[in-house]
Amino acid sequence: MDIGRPLVQTHELRMDYGQGTGAVHALDAVELAVAAGETLAIMGPSGCGKSTLLHLLGGLERPSAGEVRLQGERIDQLSERALARLRRDAIGFVFQAFHLMDELTAIENVELPALLAGASPRTARRRATELLDRVGLTDRAAHLPSALSGGQRQRVAVARALSNEPLLVLADEPTGNLDSTATLDVLRLFDDLRATGQTVVIVTHDARIAATADRLISMRDGAFVEETRLTHGSTGRLGALAGLEEG
Amino acid sequence: MPRAVGAASKEPSHGYQLRVVQEILLALLAKDASHGYQLRARLQLALGPLAEALNAGQVYVTLARLDKAGLVRAEHVGQSDRPDRKVYELTEDGRARVMAWLDDTSWPKPAPAEFHLKLVAAATAGLGDPVRIVDVQRHAVLANLAEAQRAALAQPDGAVAGLLLEGVVLRLQADLQWLEACARYWSSMTTKGH
Repeated sequence: MDIGRPLVQTHELRMDYGQGTGAVHALDAVELAVAAGETLAIMGPSGCGKSTLLHLLGGLERPSAGEVRLQGERIDQLSERALARLRRDAIGFVFQAFHLMDELTAIENVELPALLAGASPRTARRRATELLDRVGLTDRAAHLPSALSGGQRQRVAVARALSNEPLLVLADEPTGNLDSTATLDVLRLFDDLRATGQTVVIVTHDARIAATADRLISMRDGAFVEETRLTHGSTGRLGALAGLEEG
Repeated sequence: MPRAVGAASKEPSHGYQLRVVQEILLALLAKDASHGYQLRARLQLALGPLAEALNAGQVYVTLARLDKAGLVRAEHVGQSDRPDRKVYELTEDGRARVMAWLDDTSWPKPAPAEFHLKLVAAATAGLGDPVRIVDVQRHAVLANLAEAQRAALAQPDGAVAGLLLEGVVLRLQADLQWLEACARYWSSMTTKGH
């Protein structure tokens, strides 16, 4: 279906917690391929393994067995040091609880990953300025996180995730802590990421953020149970859904 | 005998038929008399992207029916270079009908009963796994949600049609919440059954 090598791929991916008869199979031989430029949403009940999968894709945990590949290269066997570098340079993380540095302003939070990766202060600042503009927060650049709303904090967190032009953005319940107005801002942002061809994997309970993706996968008990492409053109059902149509 | 109306002879051929279109057109005429094409334009503004699939002839066909039923009065306005234009005006009966519509609190209901019975039947008769049926249904609803949400996000801020799309999105979210409850219930039943 997808031409060329997937950007991210797993093979026979397993994650077990505990041992013997009490062992829990958080992931059970998961096969996943995400194309470059694709946005994927993974949904499922708590404990279905979706967060574990995201952690393995981002090199935050190591699998019990199986492979994780980024651009064809295995990352599940990298040294801690190489893994840390990979997370910094190639992957942008967005978390439910934002994880911003409270004592840094919005723009300082956004430029931090670039500075850590060795960019000059001038380059890092220029890029952070662009990113804050992209997420619509130019006028909040000098604010501390405590002076921002939840939706604004999450937009800063997305800008920070994009700081090093990551190959892959991983988002764990990005709207989990937000009210409906803030959620709408974040929806627009993820819709924009999809439109610009950023590769994104989102794990979520929230149907609205999942609905911004190109493709949706449902998980249950550590395995994929259903998959749907969401951007295959119109279903032509909008009129019926709105109750406009006769009969 | 009412005058024959040209558009009425043409059967609508494609696009969907709007529900309660008589009431809507009457309501749009409540303030001022109007032409068919003006009414159509106002409908299109209110519906935004949902108006694209609207049957083109339905407004004219319906106006002719309303005229026949005495709910509107059509007045011909002569034009030198084209056929006469009709201006429609609300009658007293038409106004009463609009007021009754505004006061009516009936609400089109979603139909969870059919799906619910499908799951019960599947489980009872061993025809299929209810949890699996819920999964498939949920993805179908999510595909609809994705389409409605993309249409909603594409609306400019403050567009009235965005409000309609938001209604569609919220309704689908409620359906998804109920499907989650279905999944939880039938998952627990399946576990107990083992």
